[in-house]
Amino acid sequence: MSSGWLTLLYKELLRFWKVAFQTILAPVITALLYLLIFSHTLEGRVSVYDGRVGYTAFLIPGLVMMSVLQNAFANSSSSLIQSKITGNLIFILLPPLSPLEIFGAYVLAAMGRGLVVGGGVFLVTLWFAPPGFLAGFPHPFWTLAFACLGSAILGTLGLIAGIWAEKFDQLAAFQNFVILPLTFLSGVFYSIHSLPPFWQGLSRFNPFFYMIDGFRYGFFGLSDVPPATSLLVVGGSALGLSLVTLLLLQRGYKLRQ
Amino acid sequence: MTVAVSVRQLRKAFGPVRALDGIDLDVREGEFFGLLGPNGAGKTTLISILAGLTRADAGAVSVMGYDVVADYRQARRSLGVVPQELVFDPFFTVRETLRFQAGYFGLRKTDAWIDEILAKLGLTDKAHANMRSLSGGMKRRVLVGQALVHKPQVIVLDEPTAGVDVGLRQSLWAFVRELNQSGHTIILTTHYLEEAEELCGRIAMLKEGRVVALEEKQTLLHGYEGVTIRITAPAAPAAFAGKLVRREGDVLFFNLANYAELEQLLAAYRTGGIRFTDLALQEADLEDVFLRIMGRAS
Repeated sequence: MSSGWLTLLYKELLRFWKVAFQTILAPVITALLYLLIFSHTLEGRVSVYDGRVGYTAFLIPGLVMMSVLQNAFANSSSSLIQSKITGNLIFILLPPLSPLEIFGAYVLAAMGRGLVVGGGVFLVTLWFAPPGFLAGFPHPFWTLAFACLGSAILGTLGLIAGIWAEKFDQLAAFQNFVILPLTFLSGVFYSIHSLPPFWQGLSRFNPFFYMIDGFRYGFFGLSDVPPATSLLVVGGSALGLSLVTLLLLQRGYKLRQ
Repeated sequence: MTVAVSVRQLRKAFGPVRALDGIDLDVREGEFFGLLGPNGAGKTTLISILAGLTRADAGAVSVMGYDVVADYRQARRSLGVVPQELVFDPFFTVRETLRFQAGYFGLRKTDAWIDEILAKLGLTDKAHANMRSLSGGMKRRVLVGQALVHKPQVIVLDEPTAGVDVGLRQSLWAFVRELNQSGHTIILTTHYLEEAEELCGRIAMLKEGRVVALEEKQTLLHGYEGVTIRITAPAAPAAFAGKLVRREGDVLFFNLANYAELEQLLAAYRTGGIRFTDLALQEADLEDVFLRIMGRAS
C-alpha cells in the first residue's frame, strides 16, 4: 500500500472543512431545531423504556446518530458525483491508487465528517439535556463503536450511490427514497415498542434501527434489542457493503470504461 | 533504443463501434511522437487505455516496460497525462491541486519542485488562487503541471493547446521541448498539424481505429512529395480536372505529383487558350500529407 491514499483522505477531509458552514454548522442547527420542536411538544407525552428515560434524553442520542449517518453518506456521495460530473475524478484515476486505497480514503473521510457533525450535535444538544443526562453514560465504547460502524456503512453507501449515479437527480433519488426513509423509520424519534406489532416486525429488517438502538444503548444501558445482536447486524452489514464496493471499484464500474 | 510505450494488437469496441481495431506501435524513449487522426479515429481511446482510464478488449500495452494492467502502479508512475477536457477541482488552490497530485503518487515535500513548475508555467503569482478564479488558459497550464508533478518519464499531451492563445501556446511548447531535451518521452495529439510538423520526430496517423501511417516526419513529407499550385484563371484545362482539389471563385488549387506535371499543366492552359493572371507554388506540408493519407485510407 502506497501513501497516496493518505493524501486522498486529507483532500477529502479538507474538502468538507473548507465549506464547514454548509457541511458542519447547517446540520448541527437542523438537529437542534428537531430537538427543540420534538422535545417541547412530546416531553411528558411519550413514554420510552417504560418511563425509565425522559423523551428529550431519549431523543438526543437518536439525533446525534441520525446526523452522523446522514452526513457520512452526504460526504462520500457528493464528493464522488461532483468529481464524476465535473470530470476531475481523472486526477484520482490516473495515479497508482488501488481500489482498497480509494475505498479507505473516501470512507474514512465520510466517517470523519459524520463524527465531527455528530460531535457538534452532541455538544449543542447537551445544553438542552435534562439534569444528570451524562451522569449515567454506562457504555461509551458501545456508543463509539456504533458511531464508527454506522458512519462507515453510510460512507460506503455514499460511495456506492456516487459510483452508480450519473447525475445529481439519481443521487437525490437514492438519498430521498432510500437513506431518508430508512433513517427516519429507524427509531430516532421513538422506541419501536411504541409501534404496532406489524411495524415493530418490519423495523427489524431495517439495519439503521440496529445502528441507532446500539448507539443509544451506550447512553442508557437500555435498548430495544440486545446490543450484541445490533453489533452483529451492523458489523455484518459493514462487511458486506464494503466487499460489494470494493468489487465495484475493482471492476471500474461506471468509473473506468 | 529502449521502447517507452509498446502497443500490441490493441482492440476496443464501444457497442458496435470499433474504436481501436488492432493497433500496433512503439514509441521510443526520448522521442517526440505525434498521434494524429480525425475526430473518432481512436486517439483518445488509445491514450485512455495507456493511462488505465479505459480497459482494452484485447491486446497489450506497456509503459517503460510495465504492463498497464498487471503492473499498473509502475506503469502509472511512469506516465503523466494532460487530458483534453479542461477539468479542475473548484475547492482548492493551484498549489493545493499540485500538492495533492504529487501526494497521490506517494511523493512528499514537493514544494521546491512545485515552485519550479509554477515558475516554468508562469503561474507563480497564482499559486494561492482558487482554481475557479483562473482563466481557461491558466487552468490548462495547471493541467500540464499536474501531469508533470510526479516527474514521469513519458508525458502524454492530448490536444493541450485547444483554446489556448498564441502566447501561451509558444511558452508551453518551449517548456515541453525543454522536457523532451532533458530526456522525457512526449506523445502529442493535436488538431494543429503545423504544431506536429514543427515538434514531432515521428508520427502515427490513425483512422477508424487503425494505424494508417507510422513514419519519421521527414519520410512522411518526402514520401508524399508533391506540389500544390494556385492559379487565378476562369477555368481548369479538361485534362487536369482530376487534379483540381479546391476552387475559390477564380482561384484554382491543383495537386500535382511533380514539377514535370506543372509544365504539362501550363502547356494545357496555353493550348486551351485559357489565360491565367496569377500563379503560385506551395510545397507539401503535413496537412497535405494528412489529407492525402486520410483520403487514401477511406
